[in-house]
Amino acid sequence: MNVAILGATRGIGRALARQLAARGDRLFLLGRDLEELGKSARDLEARAAPAVASVGTARCDLLAPEGFAAALDAAAVALGKLDAVVVTAGLFATQDRLEGDPALCRQVLEADFSGTVLFCEEARRRLLAGGGGRLMVFGSVAGDRGRKPVVLYGAAKAGLARYLEGLDHRFRSQGLIVVCVKPGFVRTSMTDGLPVPPFAGEPERVAAEAIRALDRGRPVVYSPGIWRWVMAVIRRLPRAVMRRVGF
Amino acid sequence: MSVAARERRSEDLAAVARGAVLTRGLGRAYGDSALPPAGVATIASAVLADRILELDAGSGRLRAEAGLALGDLVWALLPRGFFPPVVPGTQFVTLGGMVAADVHGKNHHVEGTIGRHVVALRILTAAGETLDCSRERHPDLFRATLGGMGLTGHILEVELGLARVPSPWILQETFRVVGLDPFLAALRESAGDWPFTVGWIDCLATGRALGRGVVLRGRWARAEEAPDGFPRPLRRWTVPFHLPGFALNGLSVRLFNAVYYRRHPRRPRAGVVHPETFFFPLDAVRSWNRIYGRRGFTQFQCVLPEAERPGAVRRFLEVAAARGGSSFLCVLKDCGEEGEGLLSFPRPGVSVALDLPMRPGLAASVDALAAATLAEGGRIYLAKDSLLTAERFGALEPRLAAFDEVRRRWDPERRLRSAQSVRLMGDPP
Repeated sequence: MNVAILGATRGIGRALARQLAARGDRLFLLGRDLEELGKSARDLEARAAPAVASVGTARCDLLAPEGFAAALDAAAVALGKLDAVVVTAGLFATQDRLEGDPALCRQVLEADFSGTVLFCEEARRRLLAGGGGRLMVFGSVAGDRGRKPVVLYGAAKAGLARYLEGLDHRFRSQGLIVVCVKPGFVRTSMTDGLPVPPFAGEPERVAAEAIRALDRGRPVVYSPGIWRWVMAVIRRLPRAVMRRVGF
Repeated sequence: MSVAARERRSEDLAAVARGAVLTRGLGRAYGDSALPPAGVATIASAVLADRILELDAGSGRLRAEAGLALGDLVWALLPRGFFPPVVPGTQFVTLGGMVAADVHGKNHHVEGTIGRHVVALRILTAAGETLDCSRERHPDLFRATLGGMGLTGHILEVELGLARVPSPWILQETFRVVGLDPFLAALRESAGDWPFTVGWIDCLATGRALGRGVVLRGRWARAEEAPDGFPRPLRRWTVPFHLPGFALNGLSVRLFNAVYYRRHPRRPRAGVVHPETFFFPLDAVRSWNRIYGRRGFTQFQCVLPEAERPGAVRRFLEVAAARGGSSFLCVLKDCGEEGEGLLSFPRPGVSVALDLPMRPGLAASVDALAAATLAEGGRIYLAKDSLLTAERFGALEPRLAAFDEVRRRWDPERRLRSAQSVRLMGDPP
């Protein structure tokens, strides 16, 4: 499979790219920092089977939508044909920081919602033009319910999840398979320094479960799997309870 | 040992290491080398900085970030006909940790420590400067960092020469030997023809049986000797919970040792084995340390100059036996030339490693073992230590002054420090 990944230099994206490369998928990396992208590309080439071709890179920033088309075109040219586009990139900050810093808040909302949606639109057009393909995007369990610690971040991820659901309904018949991954708390550098809650996951496991969902074309997948049940409960809690509890 | 401190992790190691007292890898040191001093709340972790930056098949050179796990490296190298030049007994260590402890392996008598194969290091100094050092550039910092337990600077990147291997399989021979002198002779003789040697002895056997043990030696299988298939990473068993404290007692250890001994043939028997089985036998069981119960265990490892002082190993083992303490494993390895690292552990002689289950009064036993080591002119391995006193360590380590000198140059305030360096080297708490 030929896969373009936005966000493969760090965290779950790094683990995901390594697992895809290890099984022989051909990769193209998109991200903000060309030097970082180059290092990650060399790492993937070294870790994958010796037969794997070189991994290409191009600059792409979720806060700069004008560059999306060129970045995806570069990926399509390098890979020959685009079979899948994966977005693990995103911004995160704690609710306290977002409330106190409107500029940062705007960046997080733009990157995690409008930026990601516009990127997906470009990806969707190219995949459909090639007869279909797979689009996997990382949302979050934070989008499943309005909650005290993730009011703003969760709102962006909720909007993103709704968009991906609509995309699935509208274009599935034309061969576009959309996968929305909702990780629970995962121990990555993004969550470094935060208190680790129960059911925390490791990026390698989340990456493996995401790849399984990508292969099977499951529209929504929680990872680690227990979060599906945790969120099922939280979604059903009455507002009176949500106003009182801290999560 | 409980840790109240928290790791700070990032793919950008320099960002979390800046200002931290220490950077740690996968935390497999047996003592407190990778723990911060008691009053320090955070420590940098290298494990997310784990990229291979350059792998040049032509020159056999590797450059990688310091948090790269040895296990990941092994499986990236083997399909290309390479292997790390030196590996310790577990693959759950990072490259940076291997350099910091200047690890040795079964091929020490031929290849020395990992330090011999390190070409260059990128280091974040205590002053916050990023430096490339090697035998040519800042050689004092380079040499002090090999085996310097992370106290000379945060290791960010490692450049390493690799070993070429003819196949990914190992041809191994094992046999048992009765008596310490024949055992040491067998190790010595094996060293002449075999690049990998190690031995295990039953510390609980006494009298004439003292030193009954098993010798293991190996080399890379040639292409025509190797099986057709490529080895796959082995599946691992897990010890699911801590065994009760009494599970490991004199009787059960005696029984284990006797069974282990008898499983091996009298005469050398050869066979092709998986490289993980050969190099990392304990990794086959995850959380194997749980067999020691909640109190856990520590190790003691020393190297004794057996050639200059014949009988040094016997005298040491007699002290160990007298002190009791049910050592599951007692591993012996003949060491070759001393490395360049200012505090590098191995020197010519025989290295002895003992497992010591934690118990009240263990510190006194460890001190007795250290005294015995000192009496024989040996030295101890910092990566295994958690109980030595500063006084004993100072006596055992005449090289400490030279190491301190380099630290004075690069870190006069001793900002970089660990629980171990506070205990042994007089660092500020």
